[in-house]
Amino acid sequence: MWRGMLQRELTLALRRPQDVLTSLIFFVIVVSLFPLGVSPQLSVLQGIAPGVIWVAALLANMLSLSRLFSDDFRDGTLEQMLIAPQPLSLVVFSKIFAHWLLSGVPLVLISPLLGMQLGLAGDPLKMLMLTLLLGTPVLSLIGAIGAALTLGVRGGGVLLSLLILPLYVPVLIFATGAVDAVGSGFDADAQVSLLAAFLVLALCFAPWAAAAALRIMME
Amino acid sequence: MSAEYATSAEKSLPWLKFANPRNFYPLAGKMIPWFTALAIIFTLIGLYISFFVAPTDYKQGESYRIMFIHVPAAWMSMFIYIVMACYAAIGLIWNIKLSDMMAGALAPTGAIFTFLALWTGAFWGRPTWGAYWVWDARLTSELILLFLYLGFISLRAAIDDPRRAARASGLLALVGVINVPIIYYSVKWWNTLHQGASVSVTESPKMASIMLTAMAVMAFAFWMYTIAVVLARVRTDILEREREAVWVVEEVSRTA
Amino acid sequence: MNWESFSDFIQMGKHGFYVWSSYGVTALFLAIEILLVRRKRQVVRKRLARLARLDTTLEK
Repeated sequence: MWRGMLQRELTLALRRPQDVLTSLIFFVIVVSLFPLGVSPQLSVLQGIAPGVIWVAALLANMLSLSRLFSDDFRDGTLEQMLIAPQPLSLVVFSKIFAHWLLSGVPLVLISPLLGMQLGLAGDPLKMLMLTLLLGTPVLSLIGAIGAALTLGVRGGGVLLSLLILPLYVPVLIFATGAVDAVGSGFDADAQVSLLAAFLVLALCFAPWAAAAALRIMME
Repeated sequence: MSAEYATSAEKSLPWLKFANPRNFYPLAGKMIPWFTALAIIFTLIGLYISFFVAPTDYKQGESYRIMFIHVPAAWMSMFIYIVMACYAAIGLIWNIKLSDMMAGALAPTGAIFTFLALWTGAFWGRPTWGAYWVWDARLTSELILLFLYLGFISLRAAIDDPRRAARASGLLALVGVINVPIIYYSVKWWNTLHQGASVSVTESPKMASIMLTAMAVMAFAFWMYTIAVVLARVRTDILEREREAVWVVEEVSRTA
Repeated sequence: MNWESFSDFIQMGKHGFYVWSSYGVTALFLAIEILLVRRKRQVVRKRLARLARLDTTLEK
């Protein structure tokens, strides 16, 4: 049953591949602007690389979030999902999972290229990928709550960023902290375990909260 | 809707009577002058202690007197968020309209205290560390708390249907209050990692008890002020949301 | 007593600007909040009273 739901989400999203590409291109462009704005020196860029890539990832993730529920909301599918026999949180979870597969995973895959552009290599680069792999699903999960709460609200896109960017702060801090730690020769076990803990916490809590938010906004 | 009859729960728990906006409105009206008076008295006492009783700090000179409003404002900003989330939870779980309204009425005051904590922090930081803004753990957390308040207020304002606005922002407040400690500790960890300037009030070997007294009195004054202003805001909310009720029509036509 | 004179009190040992900006802005913001709450209340009461009058005239 769950695979069917996931398949539906993926097929629908892949019918419009430009959506997936847009947020990926946005990610690449934002990161590429920093050397132009700061300095082309690799020593300078190395210092800010984890932060730049992570902030760009937060923004790219947020851009694609506003569409998480809005298409289904507009054509009435969401209303049917609300009264369907399957638990709503499971439907929401499959939507979030599809969102992560199509917006988070591409970021993870392209991040080594951008990391190298900014002078990261070796272990810090691997750590950057690992933090993105652990962190982007957390972003999608928390973001889904915001996307549900701003559903059908005027000015929803800007409002969404105001609601969820502050909640992304812990992920940003520990992810960039992990890359920095590895870069200066320490191990980053603590940060990685905390990111994993955030992921577990968000997995338990966010689909349920997003489903509750959807119920509030649709009742 | 339920303005005209007492439910069975109200009979067994007399306090629940005041969860009904109709009963709460006159009660709040009677309470506001008392809390206003208390706020004024405690402000005067607090200001007197802050400026005339508390001695000059041997290290910071007179600028440390900013602490007497900075610290209480910071306390209030966090405390109000927690109270707001509690009201939001009660409103969501038991579907109590008045509780939703209280959560919404607390938010602007909480945001103001958060802003004041930041502002006074900046003006305390300039003479003490030579910069208006340092990325200290507390100031940074206050900044994020201000963003959380602004998100709550904006979401509430953006949704037209008042009931939906209250429930949606209530859920947001709950998500926020779970995140506040996580945000606070991650910012603290980030701060020690980067060895930023640390603003510590408790650092001084023994904070004179007179300073603690001044801060406590000012915090109490702020608390009384908050109750008075929130009750006044809730009363207006009640009138607006119950405008169909007969008693509201009578109330507004009586003195207009 | 901490202060020799009134100007001494205003100067706050060269930190007068910082101390008084903090206290001043706090007082200003709380005063503005009170004013806004009051004005909102008056506006809402007036509007609801007008609505009520309108209703009674329509019923007649």
